[in-house]
Parts: sequence; C-alpha cells; structure tokens
Amino acid sequence: MTNALRQSLFLSLIWVCMEKSAVFNRSKLLPYALLAPQLIITFVFFYWPASQAVLQSFKREDAFGLVSEFVGLENYQALFAQPEYYKAMLTTLIFSTLVAALSLSIALLFATQADKNLKAAPVYKTFMIWPYAVAPAVAGVLWFFIFHPSLGTLARPLRGLGLDWNPLLNGNHAMTLVVMSAVWKQIAYNFLFFLAGLQSIPKSVIEAGAIDGAGPMRRFWTIIFPLLSPTTFFLLVVNIVYVFFDTFGIIDAVTGGGPAGATTTMVYKVYADGRLGGDLGGSAAQSVVLMVIVIALTAVQFKYVERKVQY
Amino acid sequence: MMLRHFGLATTLATTLALATPAHAVTELQWWHAMTGANNDVVNKLAADFNASQSDYKVMPSFKGGYADTMNAGIAAFRAGNAPHIMQVFEVGTATMMSATGAIKPVYQLMKDAGEPFDPKAYLPTITGYYSTSKGDMLSFPFNSSSTVMWINKDELKKAGIAEIPKTWPEVFAAAKKLKASGHETCGFSNAWASWVHIEQFSAWHNVAIGTKANGLDGFDTVLKFNSPLHVKHLQNLIDLQKDKTYDYAGRANAGEARFGSGECAIFLTSSGYYGTAKGTAKFDFTSAPMPYYPDAAGAPQNSIIGGASLWVMGGKKPEEYKGVAKFFAFLSDTNRQAKLHQESGYLPITKAAYEKTKADGFYQKNPILETPLKELTNKEPTENSRGLRFGNMVQMRDVWAEEIEAALAGKKTAQEALDAAVSRGNAMLRTFEKTAK
Repeated sequence: MTNALRQSLFLSLIWVCMEKSAVFNRSKLLPYALLAPQLIITFVFFYWPASQAVLQSFKREDAFGLVSEFVGLENYQALFAQPEYYKAMLTTLIFSTLVAALSLSIALLFATQADKNLKAAPVYKTFMIWPYAVAPAVAGVLWFFIFHPSLGTLARPLRGLGLDWNPLLNGNHAMTLVVMSAVWKQIAYNFLFFLAGLQSIPKSVIEAGAIDGAGPMRRFWTIIFPLLSPTTFFLLVVNIVYVFFDTFGIIDAVTGGGPAGATTTMVYKVYADGRLGGDLGGSAAQSVVLMVIVIALTAVQFKYVERKVQY
Repeated sequence: MMLRHFGLATTLATTLALATPAHAVTELQWWHAMTGANNDVVNKLAADFNASQSDYKVMPSFKGGYADTMNAGIAAFRAGNAPHIMQVFEVGTATMMSATGAIKPVYQLMKDAGEPFDPKAYLPTITGYYSTSKGDMLSFPFNSSSTVMWINKDELKKAGIAEIPKTWPEVFAAAKKLKASGHETCGFSNAWASWVHIEQFSAWHNVAIGTKANGLDGFDTVLKFNSPLHVKHLQNLIDLQKDKTYDYAGRANAGEARFGSGECAIFLTSSGYYGTAKGTAKFDFTSAPMPYYPDAAGAPQNSIIGGASLWVMGGKKPEEYKGVAKFFAFLSDTNRQAKLHQESGYLPITKAAYEKTKADGFYQKNPILETPLKELTNKEPTENSRGLRFGNMVQMRDVWAEEIEAALAGKKTAQEALDAAVSRGNAMLRTFEKTAK
C-alpha cells in the first residue's frame, strides 16, 4: 500500500488506474470526470505556463508587452554566448550537490537519533520541524543578519578567531552562507520523511540482525539503509527539484546572487534577468533550459537510480 | 438547478450594484513604494488633497519595494488595469519613457487638463532627469535625493582630524588615521556601490558614463566609464580594501548601519539616509559634499539625483486625467513643497520652495539638508552631469556592482573589471535598444 502511495506522488492517477485496471461499465464519462480535476490542475499549473515559457523564449518583447517580435533562436544564441551563463551552471552544480548531499545526510543522522527511545523525543521532533515553517525569504534575512560581517552576532566571534569572514566580497564565504541557509531550511522536510521511513521498518528485522551479532553500524548499513531506499530516492528527487527551483528566495535575501556572481545559480539568473532586467525573452529561454535539465535529471534518476531501490 | 439559481442571483446582485449611480467622486489609484515615515507622508498628502476638494479622491496603496511596485504596475498594465499614478525609481525611467502608449507624459497631461504649468518653475537638475532632450517633462518628480558623505564628527575629532576631508586623497588620509585610532575594520565605506562610485563619481568629475549625454539624447548610447580617472579611483579602492582602510559594504543600503553603529566614521550614501541617521546615531554627525580628485579638470561639477518620480499611466478617462493634473498642481504648491522638504528631508522640486526654505533661515539650523542641494546646483550641468538614462538600468547596476566586487576581491584588476562592466552593460543596452523602438 505504501508503495502505491509513494509512487502516486510521482506518477499521475492515470497510471494507478491502469495498473489496477478498474472497469467502468455504467458510464463512459465517469472515468474522465474522475480524472478531470487532476488533469485540469496539471494543465493549468504545469503545461500551460510551461508552453507559455517556450513560446516567450522565441520572442523579444519590451516589459509592457507593447512591442513583440518573433526572433527564432536568437535568445538562446545570446544566452549561450554569455560566459556568465556557464558560470551560473557551474555554480548551480556546486550549490545543488552541496545542498542535496548535506541536507539529506544531516537529516538522516538526526532522524536515526530521534528514532531511538528518547525521553524528550516529541519535543526534539517538534523543534526539528520548525524551520520548515519559516518562509525562504525570512530564513534568508535571518542568516544574512547572523553572519553579516559587521552586524552579525556570529560573524564577530568568527572574526575574533582570526578568520577574515566577509561574504560581501569573498565568493566562497557567500557560497557557504547560502548553502547553510538552504540546508537548514530543507533538513526539517527531509527529517520528517526519514523519520516516517524509519518507523515503518519492522523492528523484528532489526532485532533479528542484533541477535545474529550485527553491531549498530552494520545493522544500519545492511538492514536499515537498504530498507529506507524508497524514502531516500523520493527525497533525492524532491531535493534536486528544491535546489534547482525553490532556493532563489534564500539566495535573493542572503546575497542577491553576489559577490561578483559567486552565488548566482541558474534559477536566480532567470529571476534577475526577467524580473529585474525586464528581459522576458532571455529569461524564458533560461527557464526552458532549466526545465529540460531538471526533466532530464529526474528521468535519469528514475531510469538508473531507481533500479537500486528496494520497494 | 440550485447552482444555476445561485449564479443568477449573483449576476442580478452585481448588475444592481453596477446600475446604482456611480459616486460623484472620481477615484485615482496611486501605487507607491514608500515605507515607514515616508509612507505616512504619502498618506497625509493624499488625505490633504482629498480634503481640499470634493471631485477627486486619491487612493494610495503600497506595493512593496521599488522594483516590486514597478513590476506590479507593469503586470497590471498588461492585464488592462494599471493604476493612474505609479511611483517609479529613477533607474526605471528609460523603461517607462520607451513605453509609448502605456504612459501619459506629464507635460501633455497638464496641457490637456488646462492646469497652469511652468516647467521652468522646477529645479532643472531634478526635472532634467525626467524630461526629454527638448525639455518636455515626462514624469513628476516626487522624492529626490543625492549622494553625500556622512561624517561622524566625534570619531574624526578623536582621530585628530581637524577638518572634514574635501578631496579623495584627504579622505584616504583621514581613513588611515581613523584605522590607526581604533577603526580597524573600516576606515571609510559606502552604500549603493554602482550609484556612488560610477554614476555620481562620473557626474561630479564631469566625465561621461556613456555617450549621447549619458543616454539622455538617445537609446543608441555606448558606455564609457572605463576612463583612466575611473580606473585610478577603483585601483585606489582596491589597494585600500586590502587592509580595510576602505571596506566594501554591499550593493544596496544595508551597510548604512555601519555608520549608525559607529563602525565606519566616513560613509557615502544617499542624503535620504538623514531620517535613519537622526534616529539611530548616538554621536554628533553631519553631511559633507562628495570628495573629488583635485587634479581632475573641472571637478567638482554637480551631482545627479536618485529617488523616484510619479508616472501617469495611459488609457484613462479625460476626467481622471484632470484629477491627476490637479493633484500634481497641489503637490507643486510652494508652501507645501517647502514643508515636505523640511519635514521629510526630500529635496524640494520647485525653485520657489528652495528659495523660501533658504529665506526662512532653515538651513542655518539644518545644514545637513542643504548639502545635496549645494551639490546639485554647484555648477551649470553639462552633458556629463545632467542625469543618465539607460535601458535595463535596474539590472545593469547589479552587473556593475558585480565587477566592482570582483575587483575588490582581487579577482580582476581595476581596468579588467571596468572593461567588463562596460562591455556587459553595452550588450544589455543593445538588447534594450532593439525592444524600445
């Protein structure tokens, strides 16, 4: 049952219906009516905007939409001629790898600890979930002020230790800061899923391992981790999508893409060029590229990584 | 069936509501980006205007920061329900004026409405920014400011600096003394990096930011701020950044807090910082004109403005435009302008209001508020100091700041950074030129 539930997160209702091969005798319209809400939502919130983005990427338009002309692939040509775009790609690669890896592994560590028989477990769990309720921009502002080189409460001790902490000019410091903020924000979400995953692993399996003489580490790597793989896989996909699309609010509030473009990821560049720059065509071209990359990444994950998943 | 009845009832109700005679009062939407004390100013102006007559009602609504307000207005225009008046920051000027049909130029608005309007009554350094090369005023200046140098007098005294520095070499020397006297993390600094070190710096030294009078005379302008003087200045900053005699404080104005906290005793930012400084600084402070290089011919020239103006959106009814025109005439009133200036710290937009404030002896008591006016009117503006108008300016400022950051971080030389800022900026100008036919 949990299988079907998890899969339905990825695949639409149609798939489930087909698998179960339900038969509707009375009305031919009923299945369509049942599917309609899902289809309408997918169409309105995904296919329609996505097709608009594709259309927009072939056009050059002023901000007010007064002049609009078809320019073919010109926006794409201009995009791939910019050295800044390749830099943003590299930045995205570094940023997303760091955020996904760190937020997944830290959340897993926390979840395994919270899964033990602790006295204050509910309190601990509640605190762990809180950061998820903080809006990305607010989280960004918090981190910005905590680590602001001259105003920050934690920046002063850092400087006191002799580290010339300066995310306003040092690209690596700025990257560290946005990674920390984005990870902090995402740990809560991953923690929740990992904890649920851990709790659904039958205790008997683990106890059997213990009786056979497997230590805690061995039990974790040979029993718990493989049984947790569906959750891990699901979180991997969700986290990749998170770092690619949802982190621009944090980046905007913490560094504004700076210094010198060191934290300008692809999605932040879409925002900067489209919203701040009013270059809708160029920005749309970037979203299309980004969309293709994420679709490809997700497809690759399903095709190759999912094979290792044991449902 | 129930549903249908419900729908019918709603339609009926709506029709009835619409059928009742419209209010005799014409409502005028005013979208703005003013927060805090400035928000109160906006609301009070609207309330005063509404109380002064009974035909029109100005309804201000806050739409977020400058960029947000502009984007909200543009989106509303695309959806066919733009506000009547929209506050747009100075760097959005090129985008707005190129949108023929989306806007109603102010000079035309005043002419159509038959309101008395003399463009010469306004301070040219302010209206020049918002006028065509022929002198036709396109938008109505609202809140204007300029860059000034804020000085922590107590700390300067402690460091043994007798006089407020006037030139850049004097500022550098003073910053070294400040650093030696305990300001280890910041000799001097600034907010709004591109605005201060490129835009204002160029105007103040009478060197071009771009051709065609910094873009005022045409969108086919080309950037030129990689001149030897610009390179020299940036190189000085790079050298001083190494030991924090100069310490970069970010692109926008969050760094202003470093002045208020006493960390940086010399700080260049907007004259509009006055209100915050008054509220937060626990020391004796003042403002001074921007420094200059004494060996640069003609410096100091005059500074240019920052801030925002009010744009009138196109496609509204003549009756509504009449109301907007009346509102602008109301805002231009000498006593009102003088009061607004003295209370809020905004620059007065009419010559008469400036003269009146002077005559009242206000500046003797508040010299801080006269510094930006002295800078703006220091000399008759030249091609290089009338203002600037570049398309994509919002983002271009970020691109320029990026290159300044790369230089200060030691990743590029001053020349490389400015060359890159110029060439990337030019590419953006060409994209804009293509859409703004």
